[in-house]
Amino acid sequence: MLEAILLTVITAATPLVIASLGELVAERSGVLNLGVEGMMIMGAVAAFAITQISGSPYMGLLAGIACGGLFSLLFGFLTLTLVANQVATGLSLTLLGLGVSGMLGESFVGVPGIKLQPIVIPLLSDIPFLGLLFRQDIAFYLSIALVVGVNWFLFRSRAGLKLRAIGDNHGSAHALGIEVIRTRYLAVLFGGACAGLAGAQLSLIYTPQWVENMTAGRGWIALALVVFASWRPWRVLAGGYLFGAVSIGQLHAQAMGLGIPSQFLSALPYAATIIVLIVISQNRRTTLINTPASLGKPFVPDR
Amino acid sequence: MRIELEKRAGASRLFSFLSPLLALLLTVIFGGIMFALLGKDPIHALHSFFIEPLLEVWSLHELAIKAGPLILIAVGLSVCYRSNNWNIGAEGQYVMGAIAGSILPVVFFEWNSPLILPLMLIMGAIGGALYAGIPALLKAHFNTNEILTSLMLVYIAQLFLDWLVRGAWRNPQGMNFPETRSFAPEAVLPPIMEASGRAHWSFVFALIAAVAVWFMMHYTLKGFEVTVLGQSPRAGRFAGFSSRKMIWFSMLLSGGLAGFAGISEVSGSIGHLQPIISPGYGFTAIIVAFLGRLNPLGIIASGLVLALTYLGGEAAQLSIGVSDKVTRVFQGLLLFFVLSCDTLIHYKVRLVFDRVRQKIEGAA
Repeated sequence: MLEAILLTVITAATPLVIASLGELVAERSGVLNLGVEGMMIMGAVAAFAITQISGSPYMGLLAGIACGGLFSLLFGFLTLTLVANQVATGLSLTLLGLGVSGMLGESFVGVPGIKLQPIVIPLLSDIPFLGLLFRQDIAFYLSIALVVGVNWFLFRSRAGLKLRAIGDNHGSAHALGIEVIRTRYLAVLFGGACAGLAGAQLSLIYTPQWVENMTAGRGWIALALVVFASWRPWRVLAGGYLFGAVSIGQLHAQAMGLGIPSQFLSALPYAATIIVLIVISQNRRTTLINTPASLGKPFVPDR
Repeated sequence: MRIELEKRAGASRLFSFLSPLLALLLTVIFGGIMFALLGKDPIHALHSFFIEPLLEVWSLHELAIKAGPLILIAVGLSVCYRSNNWNIGAEGQYVMGAIAGSILPVVFFEWNSPLILPLMLIMGAIGGALYAGIPALLKAHFNTNEILTSLMLVYIAQLFLDWLVRGAWRNPQGMNFPETRSFAPEAVLPPIMEASGRAHWSFVFALIAAVAVWFMMHYTLKGFEVTVLGQSPRAGRFAGFSSRKMIWFSMLLSGGLAGFAGISEVSGSIGHLQPIISPGYGFTAIIVAFLGRLNPLGIIASGLVLALTYLGGEAAQLSIGVSDKVTRVFQGLLLFFVLSCDTLIHYKVRLVFDRVRQKIEGAA
C-alpha cells in the first residue's frame, strides 16, 4: 500500500521537479518566464501526437522536449532581442500554448495513449522497498539527474558562475565581457526543454492520453516552486515531492469518500501553493538575498 | 544578421498609434497562413472569421455582449498593470463576483423588488473586489507574489462555483442538472434594444467604466499616482505616495470591475449559475488591456476586436468547418504581436548584417 502511494507520488512530483528546474536556471540568469504552463502543454501535445504517429513513446518524449524548447525561443526573441515586458510575454506564451495545443490536439481527444514503460535496473531494483526507485520510467531518472546536474552546473562550474553573475547584475556582467544575451537565450531554451519534457511526462506517463488543458496549472505551481526553493535545485526536489504528495493525497482522500466535497479536495494543491508562498515570503530578508537581482529587468547592451 | 535596438529619446507617438494596428495586420496575415495550412481558402476563411460577424444586426448585438465583460475587466487591469501590480486572476474575481451577485436571486428567490438588480450588481462588484483583496493583502503585508496567488485563486474560484451549482445551490426542480434556479425576471439585466437583439446593459456600463477610468487616469491626482508608482516606486515615495495603498487600490478596483462583469454576464446573458460561466474572459481581457495600450479608450476598441475573435471562431466553425479553438490561437498570436510591435515605440530597430559591419569596421 505504502509502496503504491509512493509510486504515484513520484509520478506526480516528477513533472513539477523537471519544469521548476528549467525555470530555476532561466530565473538564475535573470529571466522570468511565466510561460511554463504554455511550454508544458505544448510539450504534452507534441509528445502525444508524435507517439501516435511514430508508435514510439521515446520519439514522443524527444518531440516534447524539442517542442517546449522551440516554443521558449519565441519568448526569448521577444524578451531578449526585442526587450518586451517579460511578465506580459510569459503570459502570452501561456495563452498561445493553451490555444495552439487545444487546436493541434483536437483529433487526439479520446484516443488511447501509449504509456512509456519503466526501465528496470537489474540488481538495484531487487533491494527491498528502496528497489522501487530503480523500477521507474526515464523521466524520473532524468529528473534526479537534472537536480544533480543543475546543482553542479550552477555552483561548481565556471559557466554556472557566469550565469549567476548575469542574473545578479547584467550590467556588470556585460562590462566584464560575458555574453549576457546569448547566455540568457540558452537558459531560456533549457527552461523550455525542461517544461516540454515535463509536459511529455504528463501525456505519456502520468495520464497517457490527451486532454485539453491537461497541465491544469502545474506550470504555475512549478513557478511557485522556484520561489519556494529560493532558487536552489535540491529544495526544488523537496518542494516537488511535497506538492506531489499533496495532490496524490487529495486523490486518495476523494477515493476514500470522507464526505468532503471533491471540489474542495481538488482545490488543495492550489491552496497549498498560496500558503507555501505566504510562508516563504514572510521572511523578507532571505527572499531578498536569494532572488536574482536582475530578475525580470530588461537589458539592452550599450555599445 | 542581427537585430540591434537603439533607445529613442522619447516614446514615439507615431508608433504608439501604429503598433496595435501593425499587430492586428500581422495576426491576420499569420491567421491566413494558418488557414492555408489547414487546407482552407485563406481569403474565404478570414472573411468568415473577421467580416461575416459584422454584417448582421443580431450579430453586432452578440459582439456587444462579448465586448462588455472584456472591456470592464480590461479597464481595471490597465490600472493594475500601469501601477505594476500584476493581477492575472481576473477570471477568478469574475466568477466570485457572479457568485456573490447571485446570492439574492438564488438563495432569496422569493424576494422580488425593483431594488434587486442594483443590489445584485453592487454585491457582484464587492464579491470580486474582496476576492482580489486576497492577493492584495498577501502582497501588501507578506510581500507574496501577486501573479502566482491571483492565478491560483482562479482555480479555487472555479472549483467553488462547481461545488455550489452541483451541491448547495442546485435547482431542486432542475432534473439534477448542475444549475441554480433561473433568475426571476426582476433579476435579469434588461436588453438595451430588445427589438433587434440580445445586447444588454453590461456593454453600456463597460463604456461608462472606460470613460470614468480614462478621466481618472488623465485628470486626477490618483491617476498621476498610479503612473508614478508604476514607473518609479522610489520617485513615488518621495512624492508621498504609498505603494502599499496603491496595491490595494488597483487590485480592489480591478477585482470590483471583474466581479461586476461576472454578475452582469450571468444576469444578462445566462440567467442562472452553471459550472462554466465564462469563455476565458478574465484571461482574454489581459490581451485586451495590452492591445488597448493600457489606455481605457483604446481598450474600448481592443475589447471589440477581441470580442470579434470569439464570434469569428464560432462563425468559422459553422461556415468553413475549422475548430472554434482557432479563437484562442488568434488571441494568443495577437498578444504576441502587440508585445513585439510595442518595441518600436521605445526603440529604433535596426537589422545589422555582420559582414557589412565588419567591412566598415575594417575600413575604419
